Amino acid sequence: MQPASTVENVRGWLHSVESAGTLDGPGIRRVLFLQGCPLECLYCHNPDARPYRCGRETDSYTQLREIARNRDFLIRSGGGVTASGGEPLGQADFVHSLFAGCREMGIHTALDTSGYLGARASDALLRVTDLVLLDIKHIRPDRYRELTGRNLEPTLTFAHRLAARGVPVWIRHVLVPGYTDDPEALDALAGFVRGLGNVERVEVLPYHKMGEWKWVELGIENPLVDTPEPSEAAVDDARSRLRRSGLPVF
Amino acid sequence: MTDTTVHTPLPDLPFLNPDGPRAHRGFRQGRWKRAVDVRDFIQKNYTPWTGSPDFLQGPTDATRSLWERVLELMKEEQRKGVLDADTETVSAITSHEPGYIQRELERIVGLQTEKPLKRALMPFGGLRMARKALESHGFQMSPATDQAFRSIRKTHNDGVFDVYTDEIRRARSSGIITGLPDSYARGRIIGDYRRVPLYGVDRLVEDKEAQLDSLEVASLDEETIRLREELSEQLRALGELKSMAAAHGFDIGGPAGDAREAFQWLYFAYLAAVKEQNGAAMSLGRVSTFLDIYLERDLAEGTLDEAGAQELVDHFVMKLRMVRFMRTPDYDALFSGDPTWVTEAIGGMGLDGRTLVARTSMRFLQTLRNLGPAPEPNLTVLWSERLPEPFKRFCADISMETSSLQYENDDLMQEFWGDDYGIACCVSAMRIGKQMQFFGARANLAKALLYAINGGRDEISGEQVGPTLSPITGDRLTYDELWPRFDTMMDWLAGVYMRALNGIHYMHDKYYYERLEMALHDRDVLRNMACGIAGLSVVADSLSACRHAEVRIHRDERGLAVDFEVEGDYPAFGNDDDRVDVIARELVERFMGKINRQTTYRNAVPTQSVLTITSNVVYGKMTGSTPDGRKRGEPFAPGANPMHGRDREGAVASMRSVAKLPYEHALDGISYTFSIVPGALGREGSDRTANLVGLLDGYFREGGHHVNVNVFNRETLLDAMERPEEYPQLTVRVSGYAVNFNKLTREQQEDVIARTFHELR
Repeated sequence: MQPASTVENVRGWLHSVESAGTLDGPGIRRVLFLQGCPLECLYCHNPDARPYRCGRETDSYTQLREIARNRDFLIRSGGGVTASGGEPLGQADFVHSLFAGCREMGIHTALDTSGYLGARASDALLRVTDLVLLDIKHIRPDRYRELTGRNLEPTLTFAHRLAARGVPVWIRHVLVPGYTDDPEALDALAGFVRGLGNVERVEVLPYHKMGEWKWVELGIENPLVDTPEPSEAAVDDARSRLRRSGLPVF
Repeated sequence: MTDTTVHTPLPDLPFLNPDGPRAHRGFRQGRWKRAVDVRDFIQKNYTPWTGSPDFLQGPTDATRSLWERVLELMKEEQRKGVLDADTETVSAITSHEPGYIQRELERIVGLQTEKPLKRALMPFGGLRMARKALESHGFQMSPATDQAFRSIRKTHNDGVFDVYTDEIRRARSSGIITGLPDSYARGRIIGDYRRVPLYGVDRLVEDKEAQLDSLEVASLDEETIRLREELSEQLRALGELKSMAAAHGFDIGGPAGDAREAFQWLYFAYLAAVKEQNGAAMSLGRVSTFLDIYLERDLAEGTLDEAGAQELVDHFVMKLRMVRFMRTPDYDALFSGDPTWVTEAIGGMGLDGRTLVARTSMRFLQTLRNLGPAPEPNLTVLWSERLPEPFKRFCADISMETSSLQYENDDLMQEFWGDDYGIACCVSAMRIGKQMQFFGARANLAKALLYAINGGRDEISGEQVGPTLSPITGDRLTYDELWPRFDTMMDWLAGVYMRALNGIHYMHDKYYYERLEMALHDRDVLRNMACGIAGLSVVADSLSACRHAEVRIHRDERGLAVDFEVEGDYPAFGNDDDRVDVIARELVERFMGKINRQTTYRNAVPTQSVLTITSNVVYGKMTGSTPDGRKRGEPFAPGANPMHGRDREGAVASMRSVAKLPYEHALDGISYTFSIVPGALGREGSDRTANLVGLLDGYFREGGHHVNVNVFNRETLLDAMERPEEYPQLTVRVSGYAVNFNKLTREQQEDVIARTFHELR
């Protein structure tokens, strides 16, 4: 099927595609991992997706055609398309074109972002975005900078903008022992999230080391090489802590 | 076939049917009363179930005790390889005294021999095979029996080798055609075992006598002579079936009067079949919705409660799990373990739009919880988009817990086979009691591709096996040079393949005719010649590599192309990429076209499967390096699967590639094995259930035919390799079949683990 002619064809760079994603939004999803990310997170599990303008070059019509072919799987399972990365807002026009095409086809869209480039998300893009998966990483600006090398402020601004527009949000919090698990910060995060009013779900994702080989392969030093995965008990603790603040935690 | 009279739902009062047997009390009348027509009986009497599985019950005390006893025996068997074997008495329907596990606990009785798990002696398929099987497990065939078969009684195997041509022998030993049923029983025939409880043996005998009478014709030509002899044999088998039941204390001359009798009568019929035939697949058919009618009647009459109903199902399934045949180690390596393929098709939709799911469909699946996971019976869910949602979710849950289910596309098959078909073996659909097949194993297309490159010479032995065609002599392999040669090589292959099958099935009919199973068929049946292909994804990828990348040929001192070097990327099957998926589709259609051109024994209608059962490892071993980059001896992907690690975009892309293969050109089935770690199905239980249901709905809607679903962690399998005793019931599904993981060879275990797992990124 041809995307509607009002959707402009935009060039983009992909890191990879997962045709049966079940972890980045509801149902079965086609997850497009976009190449390029401005953050330098210590616990990044896709460091190979950081550089811009490399990876697989494509265009939105090509991707929309692939999506259209898979629509039965996506629609019938209550799933859709997720733009992830990398940082999808690094290629905001590409994402806009993809999501506009999905909207034409009646396919649910999710944006998996750090929010750091939130200013690049146009109102037009947000109009065709059904769900934002927002990873705040750390609620304290100093710690955020340590973790990512960037400022927290744009992310919070973006969160408020989404709240004002009533765009549904799932907060995703990666639990890294010694970095993102201190109780006070979790409480502060909960307080912030509660104030937004558009958050449907909070997901606590345990830090995993399955991406470590990528650091080795890229020949860059992995600062978290000695950091363990959190214990099941620690993950449960964090979840119940957030749940006690009245958040819908998963 | 269908009863066209309009029937208004009148309450079925006994006085409306004063002459009917008590056994048929409460049943709605129809064509099934006037003729042997089980489908009509089911349609008029079954109760669809669209509710939840909450009514299901756990095992009763009797079930628990009995199953514990069976598990003990099975453990001992696993330790010894074979628990016990008959070395003297040739197995027949009435050859052995009744045997029991623990008589006072058994709700359903009957064993293949006089002792549980003792294997019967069945030399009719081939004497050497039977003797070797015994010897490999430390038994010795009795000299008298051995002598009788050497000097008096010819076997199927003897007959086949009397007629094999040199060309067939060469193709067979090189492995370009493999797994042929020429020294063992062909199987894959499903008797309509339901006829016995519904009608009783006496009525079936009358029916067969009438069929014989219909052949009181003016001229006895060869075909009529054969049919008359077969019908006489069938009558004899029915008589023996009745005596066998009588020895157990049951008169099965009349119809079954209640649910327990229905299970028992039906099991006797199946038992008679496995006493007489050690076929490669001895499938059960589609019995659960039929049996549900009896269970519902007893429940309504108040003579049974739900625990009792589940107990009957559990005990019946226990017996099916105990079916054993005496096999050689080679055979077990080829088929991975000790398979019997007691396939039972569950669910599906009726032609009138009602679901055929009944409460007993769920009761059969419940046995996997009550008795634990197991490869047998081979429970096969006939999937339709329109199945009741609670049933779909229940199946997904059972799959995630046990990895013991396979799924096949009912929406697709119904168009071809109606709504009363069963599955023989893994993926072969046939109308129950109206259709049979001549099992044909498979041709190795990957090897044929190498023959095309090497001018008909075998890449391993160097012998001239295929026709002497001009080999490719350049250093680079191009699509344009390869394709026409391959096409010609497939012409030859289809021919020699069919000649072998014709010889095999002529002799099987002559020396090892399935008289009891065929007694439970109509007089005239549709016969299929079920051919098959192996190595589809290897060949598709090889052709794609030739077209889209550079393939350099390495030759050895004999001048044979024995290795290939691929420079650059090529689109590989399994990524929903039409550039190669179209090649795979074309291959299936093309080879079917060539099979269709052959003359077949008994005018059987040819079909083909894309199925390797579990033999992808063995086929790979016999095949040299291929132009897709696969090295000599490495396994093929199972069935229609993409090659390991080449499907890079995850499960949906892989499923979509497989779903493009044309079922109408592979009516014997297209097998796909799907393995996934639980975490990749979603974050939590209900998400995972919904997503698995979504994947199945999506795959079948795309036109996919079959899928095995495995849900487990790679770590579990690695651990099971090291500590098998900790995982006595670990079941994995491979290419149309579930196996106990412990029964695989180490090589096969490694292959299962290496094979595509859809994992977290």
